[in-house]
Amino acid sequence: MEPLYIITIGVMAGVAAYLLMSRNVLRMVLGLLLLGNAANLTIFVAGRMGSNLPPLVSAGETTIAISANPLPQALILTAIVISFSLVAFTVVLLHKTWQRLQIVDTEKMREAEPVESTHTVDGSEARQ
Amino acid sequence: MMSSHALLTFPIAAPLVGLALTTLLWRTPRLQRWTSLTASAAFLWSAIVLLSATMDGTILATQFGSWQAPFGISFVADNLTAAMVLITAIMAVVIAVYQLTDPEESGRPMFHPLYHGLLLGVTGAFMTGDIFNMYVWFEIMLIASFGLLVLGGTKEQLDAGVKYVMLNLVMTTVFLVAVAFLYGATGTLNMADLAHRVPMIENTGLVATLALLFLLAFASKAALFPLFFWLPASYHTASTPVLAIFAALLTKVGVYAIVRCFTLIFPVTEGLSTIIGTIAALTMITGVLGAASHFDIRKILSFHIISQIGYMLVGVALATPLALAGSVLYIVHHIIVKANLFLIGGVIKRKSGSYQLKQIGGLHRTAPFLAILFCIPALSLAGLPPLSGFWAKYLVVKPSLDVGSWYLAATALIVGVLTLYSMLKIWNEAFWKTPVMAAPAPESTGSFKAQYAAIIVLSAITLCIGLNPEPFVAFSVESANQLTDSSRYINAVLGGSNAPN
Repeated sequence: MEPLYIITIGVMAGVAAYLLMSRNVLRMVLGLLLLGNAANLTIFVAGRMGSNLPPLVSAGETTIAISANPLPQALILTAIVISFSLVAFTVVLLHKTWQRLQIVDTEKMREAEPVESTHTVDGSEARQ
Repeated sequence: MMSSHALLTFPIAAPLVGLALTTLLWRTPRLQRWTSLTASAAFLWSAIVLLSATMDGTILATQFGSWQAPFGISFVADNLTAAMVLITAIMAVVIAVYQLTDPEESGRPMFHPLYHGLLLGVTGAFMTGDIFNMYVWFEIMLIASFGLLVLGGTKEQLDAGVKYVMLNLVMTTVFLVAVAFLYGATGTLNMADLAHRVPMIENTGLVATLALLFLLAFASKAALFPLFFWLPASYHTASTPVLAIFAALLTKVGVYAIVRCFTLIFPVTEGLSTIIGTIAALTMITGVLGAASHFDIRKILSFHIISQIGYMLVGVALATPLALAGSVLYIVHHIIVKANLFLIGGVIKRKSGSYQLKQIGGLHRTAPFLAILFCIPALSLAGLPPLSGFWAKYLVVKPSLDVGSWYLAATALIVGVLTLYSMLKIWNEAFWKTPVMAAPAPESTGSFKAQYAAIIVLSAITLCIGLNPEPFVAFSVESANQLTDSSRYINAVLGGSNAPN
């Protein structure tokens, strides 16, 4: 089972990298989402995929000999919630940016660092 | 005497309560400000109590939910952690005071909840003893910083916000993947347990890969060469209180994580030492050159953050006790000085109407007291005796020469001179020269009292470290001893039995 998961993770990470390198911010958000999910799958595989028995202690015993590893599930759940909230914030930020700047191309976003300021020492002169 | 559980919970509880209360007091700005200050003061008190409990070298540890380590989430406070929490709390109070008469964030009720959210994330990241939990605190810190950065909603801030958010989100995902691989390799997330298990991995190539993955993730948080792009692209758009707290804390969390990881989990080997040393030298140089090329006060100071981070890394690269002591002292000194410079920058902006050095001048006449206050952190940053920066730099240069790493010592000294150059540039342009004809009008004529009070307190701390360095150096050396002898940390968390199943 592992090789299949590993190939999937690789493909997802590759697609995510491709999308993140795009200049369109919307594609970048999709890239972030995919990258986050590739990371989640990595945690899942890192926790080993041996048994598929639920990690429950049967009546009359105190330990379980063999079961699925419950920890990756807890970690992934945390990571999903965090990545969801961060992506939600990013989408709102991008929407707001689009409203104010009317730009989706990161190359053209030069408000914070005007291009001219790299040629002249003084950013203020460049703006005149 | 409080239990270690209480001692380790209060520094988290104070900002959390502050966050909740300031959110509830949304509609009453005056009350919200004072509540925010009170919560910061409570935070400072808890940090002082924590430091006094760890002063004698004991390492406090607690397990949340009473799940025995390494299964539950551990919180640990050694000397380094306690010092970092205290310095965070000092900054929290000082910036909350500064903010009382600073008009920039007034009328934005969201500032205070986010401010306490940031403090919460930073403190959590310092105190946790669990690597996955550290990831969670990083995210809390990040989401609060995202909010604070774009709070003004100006075009500049939104533009900077997009870049800051994107780069940081990608790099935290790298951190998460690194945690996943480390968990896959060792089966544990508790840092003390990791310190015990990582050396048992037989595949040394795997350990080196894991170490570099963590270095990559933390290096971007700490704004190391070549992963610092996000910092100069975004910091200069934030308001002064936000900028000061960012400059003081955000990158230092990355540095702390590097110090912790590369003393406890992945002790620095020969190859790693060369890599970190080279990165440190390049970080120092690129930062200071960037600062030399700019004429906007905020941009100059932002580039200096990067440059100074390089100094903190020298100790990690050399990994001798004295070198690590230098790193600890440097972090403490830097946080105070850097935040102070940004706060002074905010006052300069209010007094003269602009951050652009070309457009302002003559402040030595209109604000002589500010000029004197500027000299203390500026000269300290450059490392002139008898200020705190001198002792911090001394503890960076001396251990480098001790182990024969002359290139690090030389870089540190040359970069120190270049730092002095750009501090003199601010001095000459903003304070000394006669103002240009078409100088912008001062922004507001309101009270400056609280802003000056904040700057005076920070300058006094700088002078205090500079004139009486002995206790601070001794403390740093003791922290470094704890860092180099990781068995003390492991015993404190796992309670002596090194191999629980």
